[in-house]
This record gives sequence, C-alpha cells and structure tokens, in this order.
Amino acid sequence: MISRHLLSAADLTREDTIGILDTASELATVTDRSVKKLPTLRGRTVVTLFFEDSTRTRISFELAAKRLSADVINFAAKGSSVSKGESLKDTALTLEAMGADAVIIRHGASGAPYRLANAGWIHGSVINAGDGTHEHPTQALLDAYTLRHHLRGGQGDLAGARVAIVGDILHSRVARSNVALLRTLGAHVTVIAPPTLLPYKVQSWPCEVSYDIEDVLPHLDAVMMLRVQAERMAGSYFPNELEYSRRYGLDSRRMALMPPDAIVLHPGPMNRGVEISAEVADSPRAVVVEQVTNGVHVRMAVLYLLLGGRSEELLAEGADR
Amino acid sequence: MPERTVLDASDIRRAVRRMSHEILESAKGLDDLVILGIPTRGVYLARRIAGAIGEIEGREVPCGSLDITLYRDDLRLREVRALEPTSIPAVGIDGRVVVLVDDVLYSGRTIRAALDALADVGRPAAVRLAALVDRGHRELPIRPDFIGKNLPTSQGETVRVHLTEIDDEDSVMIRQVDQ
Repeated sequence: MISRHLLSAADLTREDTIGILDTASELATVTDRSVKKLPTLRGRTVVTLFFEDSTRTRISFELAAKRLSADVINFAAKGSSVSKGESLKDTALTLEAMGADAVIIRHGASGAPYRLANAGWIHGSVINAGDGTHEHPTQALLDAYTLRHHLRGGQGDLAGARVAIVGDILHSRVARSNVALLRTLGAHVTVIAPPTLLPYKVQSWPCEVSYDIEDVLPHLDAVMMLRVQAERMAGSYFPNELEYSRRYGLDSRRMALMPPDAIVLHPGPMNRGVEISAEVADSPRAVVVEQVTNGVHVRMAVLYLLLGGRSEELLAEGADR
Repeated sequence: MPERTVLDASDIRRAVRRMSHEILESAKGLDDLVILGIPTRGVYLARRIAGAIGEIEGREVPCGSLDITLYRDDLRLREVRALEPTSIPAVGIDGRVVVLVDDVLYSGRTIRAALDALADVGRPAAVRLAALVDRGHRELPIRPDFIGKNLPTSQGETVRVHLTEIDDEDSVMIRQVDQ
C-alpha cells in the first residue's frame, strides 16, 4: 500500500490515503475490547525521536506502537546527547546500531525526516511527526479520519466537502499537510488568515484564500482552527492577540454562522480565548478530544502498513516459505 | 492441468444444511451459540449457516466476523495485507459457544491465529470449528468439529471456494499448480 516511509501527506495517493483510513477504522474496533493489544509488531523496535516539545503526538505514537506490541524507545533531545551537540547523523547511526525498525521523528528543521530517510544512515522506516514549517502527515490523516466519521452521515467520501483552515498558515505544517491531503480526497479547501500569516505564493496552493472568516463560515462543512504559534513568531505578524482574536478567532457568534451540522477541529494545544473561545472549545460541535482518540488509530494504521509486512532485508534475500 | 469441480452449488447447499443441523444438535439449542466467520469466504458461509439455523429454530442466532490478519504468524513473509472487518455480535462471546467458520481447512495456522484473536475478545465457554472443505496437511494439532467435505489433496494442488455473494457461482474447485 504505502511505501517504506511516511514523510509527506503530499506523497500519498488517494488510494494510499483511503487504505490508511480504512485500516484505521478496523483497528479502532480494538479499542472497544477488553484486551486492547495486538501481537502484530511483536519484536519490532520503534523509536520516537523528538527534537521539539510535544505531548500528544509523541504519546499518541507511543500508545499506537505499544497497542501493536512493538518495543518503544523514547528519545527526547532534551537530556540526551543531542543537547551535548550530537549531530542528526550520529544520533541516526546510534539508533541504527540499536536495530530500530522505525524512527518517528519530529524536528524543528523542515526536511529533517527526508534527510534521515534518504541519507543511507538507517535501514528502518521513517515517519514524519512534524518537521519545521513543512509537514505533519499523521495529523492530516487523523483530521481526514475525523471528517470522514462526521461529514456526509459518516459515509466516508470527502469529495466536494468544504473545509476551511484558519490561522497561522505561514508557520503551520498542519495546514500544509491538510491542504495536500484534503485536496487528494477531493475536498474543497479555503485557507483564511491575515495577509502577514500567509506564505509567499500561497496562490499556487491547491486551495482558495480568504482574509475574511465571516465570509466563508456559512458555506462550510468543517472549520479547522490553528494555534497561534508564539514560538515560531520571531517578528510581529499582527498587532496583538486581542485584535487577532477579534478578526480571526472563532467564538459562538461566528460558530452560529456555520451550517448547523458543521464541525470544529483544532490540532491542539488550544489557546482558549485567542483562536478559539472557551465556549466553542467546549461545545459538542468541537471534536478536539475525538481527534486525539482518532490519532492513535491512524498512527496504528501507519505503523502496521509500514512495519506489518515483509521487511526490506527479507525482500532483498527473496526469502519465501 | 485443468480445474476440476469437486462440489457444485447443490452439494454446497446440502453441506451447509447438514453442518447447520450438526451444529444445532451439538449445541443443544441456541441460547449460547455465536457463529463467527473468518474473512473472506468464511463470513458468507457463517451467514448461510446462521440463516439455516435460524430457519430451523425460528429465531435468529448471533453471527459475526473475526479478522485474523493481525494475528497471523506469516506476516513478515509477505507484503503487508489489508485488514478485513471484524464484527462481534452485541451479545459478546464471554461464556458462549463460539463456532468458527472457514472455507478451507489446511495447515491449521489460520485457526491458530483465530484462537489467539478470540482470546483477546473474550473468554468463550467453548470454541468449535466448522469448515466447508478439509483438505488435510495439518501443521498444528487442530481438528474440525463440523466438515462439509473431506477432500484428499496433495500439497501441489490448490483448492478454491467460490460463493455467489462475491463470485459468479457456488463451487469448490481443485487444480494442480504448475511446478
């Protein structure tokens, strides 16, 4: 189905994506059982290599790998030899020497997962868990999974669905991955942001661009609110949080502009009172907590599809029964 | 070597009917019975058996499917496989007599995986095994309780079951594989 690595949502075909989402749906049924564990990846080693802070993504991957019986090693840059100045290459060689079958990497530099996958340092699969301002493919997959379960009576087809992504598009890997994946699934995407938070040449993206949230909300099936990422904002992109909130935040008055069955997504962590009001965040139309649950299923699916079959060495040896 | 039909539609119909009677008789009634088919064709056979039992007894018997892909012992020998649906009836399997249904019983490895999968779902009072065709060559100490047809084969042959639910016709065919 999918190839050896998962580096970018833009690499996924429609068929790949549907395959991952369907696999995730089957794996979700495991959560309802008394024993929430599968023996599928027994004896495989999965490393989470996080150079940036993260709670939910790392925990989500760790839980997904453990539910599939893989051994999990958490490698955080803080408190490791990376903080002593070790390079990505040397860290990778160390992980290879320890026999990692998959490396899940989050890095502040866009392209770090690509480098890790293609430099020949390691043999295992590389999964991008967020690189700089580039991509965060499993977030886009879990968002698509969540949308599939809510829109069109849960029929699963996102073709023609109307989704808006609001906020810091410039710095958002979530937005990039989502625009690519939703487009692949045939959805109609609009990005909404102040002009200062839109990337150069956003017109070339396969989506529409708007500066006015109230203009777009009445036509949506779902809106995805992005976090204002203070840590990536070296300069000032808008005068202050209050003004941002007034022009681009989602409060209950604006939510009421949306069709009654439209839903609100947020990749978390939320800045309540900035991009989303507490009232909206706690309303039944906000599916934020469900996104977290779905994240585990989608990551189990990705791990299964990358590691569940014949390994590269066996393929090379042409081993058969 | 051409393909040879060993069971036709009416043979399959009679076999399913007989197995249904046998299952019902051994279970001494319906109260604890749960029928679980192993995808792909075991699921359709399970539904046929559940339908036949329902007709005989005049009420429905819980019927579902159990995908065993994630429990296979040969995952690493092949390309990754797509998952099939698992649906356990709402009554659950705890304390019940579960009848596993598969189309062809061969090495027994599928059933080994199914037993592992069942143990993760719950704790049945007993597990029975029904197969439309038993072609022998077991590699594990597993034996069926209900058999549609015993079919002596060599390991160089393949047995294919077709069911109208997903194929053109009801048939069981045997063919020598070119070496």
